[in-house]
Amino acid sequence: MSTVVLLAVTGLGLGALYFLVASGLSLIYGLMGVLNFAHGSFLTLGAFAGFELTRRLGGDSWPAFVASLVLGAAVGAVAAALTELLLIRRLYERHIEQVLVTVGLSLATVALFEGIWGSDPSYVTAPAWLGETTQLLGARIPNDRFVLIGAAALVLLGIVAFLRFTRFGLIIRAGVENRAMVTALGIDVRRAFTVVFAIGGTAAGLGGVLASHYFGYVSPHLGGSLLIFAFIVTVIGGLGSLAGAAIASVAVGVLQQFANFYWGVGDLVVVLLLAGVLLLRPAGILGKKKVQA
Amino acid sequence: MTAPVLVVDGLSARIAGQQVVEEVSFEVAATGVTALLGRNGVGKTSTIRALLGLIERAGRVELAGERIDQLPTHRIVQRGVGYVPEDREVFAGLTVAENLRLAERGADATGRDLVAELFPELVQRAGQSAGSLSGGQQQMVSIARALVNRNVVLLIDEPTKGLAPLIVQDVAAALARAAATVPILLVEQNLQVVRQLADTVVVLESGRVVHRGPAAGLLDDDALTTRLLGVHTERETEDGR
Repeated sequence: MSTVVLLAVTGLGLGALYFLVASGLSLIYGLMGVLNFAHGSFLTLGAFAGFELTRRLGGDSWPAFVASLVLGAAVGAVAAALTELLLIRRLYERHIEQVLVTVGLSLATVALFEGIWGSDPSYVTAPAWLGETTQLLGARIPNDRFVLIGAAALVLLGIVAFLRFTRFGLIIRAGVENRAMVTALGIDVRRAFTVVFAIGGTAAGLGGVLASHYFGYVSPHLGGSLLIFAFIVTVIGGLGSLAGAAIASVAVGVLQQFANFYWGVGDLVVVLLLAGVLLLRPAGILGKKKVQA
Repeated sequence: MTAPVLVVDGLSARIAGQQVVEEVSFEVAATGVTALLGRNGVGKTSTIRALLGLIERAGRVELAGERIDQLPTHRIVQRGVGYVPEDREVFAGLTVAENLRLAERGADATGRDLVAELFPELVQRAGQSAGSLSGGQQQMVSIARALVNRNVVLLIDEPTKGLAPLIVQDVAAALARAAATVPILLVEQNLQVVRQLADTVVVLESGRVVHRGPAAGLLDDDALTTRLLGVHTERETEDGR
């Protein structure tokens, strides 16, 4: 029983990490039709920013930890907004070029990070409590999983509240359905594009700092390795669906943990799940047919 | 005589590289309804979409004396162009109230009372998802989105398409009411509605203007109507289509 609880909670924690990356990917694709292969770079940059801050402030204090989360999120937001403004904005409706530019940016930033921080892992320090465990239904759960789950839940609630209660949120929800019609109502939808990129970058940057504590280190390839699973989650959930991304994140994280523990084939099971969903529901769990601009 | 609100001069448009509107020129009067007519596929909807910059276009378009053909769509609309698209295009996942709130353009949103008066049903269904409305109710939302703002001109594309006869009359009555305050460029296949609303007609054929003049001049001339539009006006009136 305790093993099941441990696997379930750690799977939820992993799913939370996937969601922090996938939420931005899904929103960006839903509104703009952009498959952003540079999204992992926002995560890595946020993680390195958090790492540098905690290193300078003395990494084992709670204020430093909280400050690193805030800085990681802010750096992710700024990097994402700049990417949209400087690179993506010129390439809307040019999907091949978008892929080339975002893949290129991803490769270039990994090289840049290696140039600055080296290719070896940089080990992070954190408040002692994060490295300890808490007893839950007989299982000893690493505390950082609770932080991850809580952060992902807050991000989900924050994005949902933003989408539901703000004008930008209204524009984004409408734009996901029919971008051209939003423009035909006199709305400059490009501003919403920047906002969505910034939201995605915020979640990714925050996820980067939390991922560095989950794995215990930051490396230039941190974002890239998580991005693969985040894309799988986004496709399973349905491109453009935030709720779909949340459900798929949990499903993939938990399934991966159980499959890894019992049979050592977590990644294979995730790919089989992806194949099964695509065969049965090609648009994903909650994906909808999109009206093209 | 009042200057026209919209002057279209040599407007051409392409979709996926194919010419769909070719050197079209016409004017929309500063008052009343100008109907843009023609058989299916002659480029009426494409003309409206080209005026809004929703498709690739070339040519000169003036709104109230100022050129708008170089502007992006949202800037054109912000200058006071209300748009009711063919097939309604309501945001199905948003509520009725959210659809209308999205359309409101700040200080221009002076038409809330008019919308409530014309479409009381929408007030009752404000919290309902637009996707769950009937076709007629969705058309009301689509028209209401244009009427909620103070506009210089309305571009209305097939507002009665696919609606039941009773709803067609409601929609026509709402447009007649709107036309009293704002000029309308109307694309419409239902000649009874055209007869009811339009003062002037412009007829397209193969992407070109082939006739323009008073609405009565066309609709009262059965031979001309048949030749230009491929329909018989008396039959239109008899079966209510």
